[in-house]
Amino acid sequence: MMEAVHVPPFERFYEEHRSAVLSQLRRMLGREDAEDAFQETFLRALRAYPKLEHGAHLRAWALTIARNVALDARRRDRLTSADVPDLESVDEPLPYEELRRLTADLPHKERAAVFLRYGYELSYDDIGTALGSSAEAARQATSSGVRRLRRKELP
Amino acid sequence: MSVSSELDARFRDAAAAEGLLDVAYDLVDTPVGRLLVAVTDRGLCEISYDPEPEREAEALARAFGTRVLRSPGPTDEARRQLDEYFAGDRRNFDLEVDLRLAREFGRTVLEELARVPYGELTTYGTLAARAGRPRAARAVGTVMNRNPVPIVLPCHRVVGSTGSLVGYGGGLERKRALLELEGALLPGA
Repeated sequence: MMEAVHVPPFERFYEEHRSAVLSQLRRMLGREDAEDAFQETFLRALRAYPKLEHGAHLRAWALTIARNVALDARRRDRLTSADVPDLESVDEPLPYEELRRLTADLPHKERAAVFLRYGYELSYDDIGTALGSSAEAARQATSSGVRRLRRKELP
Repeated sequence: MSVSSELDARFRDAAAAEGLLDVAYDLVDTPVGRLLVAVTDRGLCEISYDPEPEREAEALARAFGTRVLRSPGPTDEARRQLDEYFAGDRRNFDLEVDLRLAREFGRTVLEELARVPYGELTTYGTLAARAGRPRAARAVGTVMNRNPVPIVLPCHRVVGSTGSLVGYGGGLERKRALLELEGALLPGA
């Protein structure tokens, strides 16, 4: 069973994670481009916010959106400089949605690890940080969750 | 890494401009103290005295949805009208009010309350009668106490049948101050 962590008002989510988001964007894009990406990150988060089912691991979620925004910005830059028509910008699907049903029966920690690994594509280091454990423990929780899912799907 | 106030303001404005908020709120300083003013897409949904923004944001999120953000733009019109009211330049508020949380009787009472004119007093019993339940003066008191948008819905104009001020969510001193401002009560009365 997942522990139900209450989704905070967006104001609190924003106040708690805006500094970390800006730091990450500056590392990835430099000072100037980070500002546009900052706004885009939190607008995307706002669009997805009503669909959140719980308030666990929100920092990892915010940083993942920031990372995707930064990667999109880099891709746009490359495309523009190569004189290729710009891609239509598409909002990120919320990773929770795809994995939610599949992982519903996993133990809490394994479910979170599988979410963060395959939903958010975080490294085991980052997953460990988000879950308060080591990278190795995060890797083990993820693969144990995946094994459990395989057993379920292939009876 | 601290977020500059300019970048912060830009995001808060954009969030409201894109229509992504369930509730936008801001803090407004007035002669009766600092108020938290909150607005949904249907109108003004809360005015609170002595606000504790974090607690209010939680309550607003539970009532209207989690996308609650401090963002001054959507509250500008209410702020402007409140400023005019406190300057003595406005007698009636021209604002949509979001009463979706009020139940049937409460809503009827609040709608009757909205008709009590500037500078005039009425009683709990009179309001109960106008709402169709003449014996429900006490229930009207409860509705007044929970009025989500004091000042704009003028519960300060409702007094006891003997003329005593009785009570006020923001404290009797503020009730007296509002009535003095409207010329409904002599100072010191």
